[in-house]
Amino acid sequence: MAGDALTSGEYIKHHLTNLTFGQHPDGSWGIAHSAAEAKEMGFWAIHVDTMFWSIALGVLFLYFFSKAAKTATQGVPGGLQNFVEWIVEFIDTSVRGSFSSRNSLVAPLALTIFVWIFLQNLMDLVPVDVIPELAKLLGIHYMKVVPSTDPNATFGMAIGVFLLVLFYSIKIKGVGGFAGELTLQPFSSTNPIVNLLFIPVNFILEFVSLIAKPISLALRLFGNMYAGEMIFILIAIMYNAGLILGLFGGVLQLGWAIFHILIITLQAFIFMTLTIVYLDMAHHEH
Amino acid sequence: MNINLTLIGQLLSFAVFVWFTMKYVWTPIMGALETRKKEIADGLAAAERGQHEQELAKERAKDVLHEAKAQAAEIVAQAQKRAAEIVDESKDTARVEGDRILTAAQSEIEQEANRAREQLREKVGMLAVAGAEKILKKEISADAHQDIVTALAKEI
Repeated sequence: MAGDALTSGEYIKHHLTNLTFGQHPDGSWGIAHSAAEAKEMGFWAIHVDTMFWSIALGVLFLYFFSKAAKTATQGVPGGLQNFVEWIVEFIDTSVRGSFSSRNSLVAPLALTIFVWIFLQNLMDLVPVDVIPELAKLLGIHYMKVVPSTDPNATFGMAIGVFLLVLFYSIKIKGVGGFAGELTLQPFSSTNPIVNLLFIPVNFILEFVSLIAKPISLALRLFGNMYAGEMIFILIAIMYNAGLILGLFGGVLQLGWAIFHILIITLQAFIFMTLTIVYLDMAHHEH
Repeated sequence: MNINLTLIGQLLSFAVFVWFTMKYVWTPIMGALETRKKEIADGLAAAERGQHEQELAKERAKDVLHEAKAQAAEIVAQAQKRAAEIVDESKDTARVEGDRILTAAQSEIEQEANRAREQLREKVGMLAVAGAEKILKKEISADAHQDIVTALAKEI
């Protein structure tokens, strides 16, 4: 399926290139025709496929959930409502377990993160060539269908969470309290002069741990999904290498896909739980 | 794998999705869940109350039944007593009546006997007077010596 004209390396590279829209070096706007062209567009370009799939999945999620919410009655629930309520209660239990303050934003945030990431990851189970080949028929040459294998998507969410962490840290503890948390621990002394000397040391340590939160959130999800996608692509290469290897590849793909169901759910859950924990930490005075 | 404007796009769509979830998904569903939880709790409480009431009613019914049985027994006993009384009463009445009738009959018989005796006595007196008349011829008139005849008749 990789196309006879492509070598394995080109095949992989093709699969890992986003459909990028941006300004060409010559000043005209358009779709990048190669990975190199996409790179030249710099920051002011947009991954059309990532945006399309993530928003489509988000809209799908919100459509079904708000439909269930609109018809939600206190009577005997139907099928869709049961399913939605099951997820909502699961999230509610997780939030109650990890988040000890009161904040009406955290639970909906956790629900959005969990379901949205889950759906994004779920695109990984669609065989790697199906959607790109269909897109090729429509004349679109690059199509990366799993939004969570795009660091822009994972960093987008992680930065969103990070901004909330900063917002609530400052809101709950005040600017002074937050600054104190960054500079007056873990080392402190009763001697004010020694304490003053500790400030830069503490700041470096705390700042790193603060910055590590969004980066680890984003990179964990991205890394897991990117690696999973890469293995699917490598397995797909085997389909070109004769009948025996192709069949073996089919078995491998099935096995990896089944294992991947676990990873998909787990990564969505980890992202959600860490978000709750980080926000909980932002609500607590030390 | 380039970091570009997609980052901002994702951040914004994430924010919009979270806002939408908060407003149109989480709040109504949690509301419905809360309402249902409350309704189920109310229903269970009502069921329990009903059961309790049923038990009370059963007990009350048992009491009422018991009372009714006791009353019925009392009424039967009273009726029996009354019947016995009536029988006794009528027996007494009958006895008294019989006695009365017997007494009346006896006194009548006595009167009859007395009357007969009186008549007999008078007749004997008359016979005696007649006899004496015959003996004394005309000397004694029945009218003149009426008192003597009566006195004689009394002595017989």
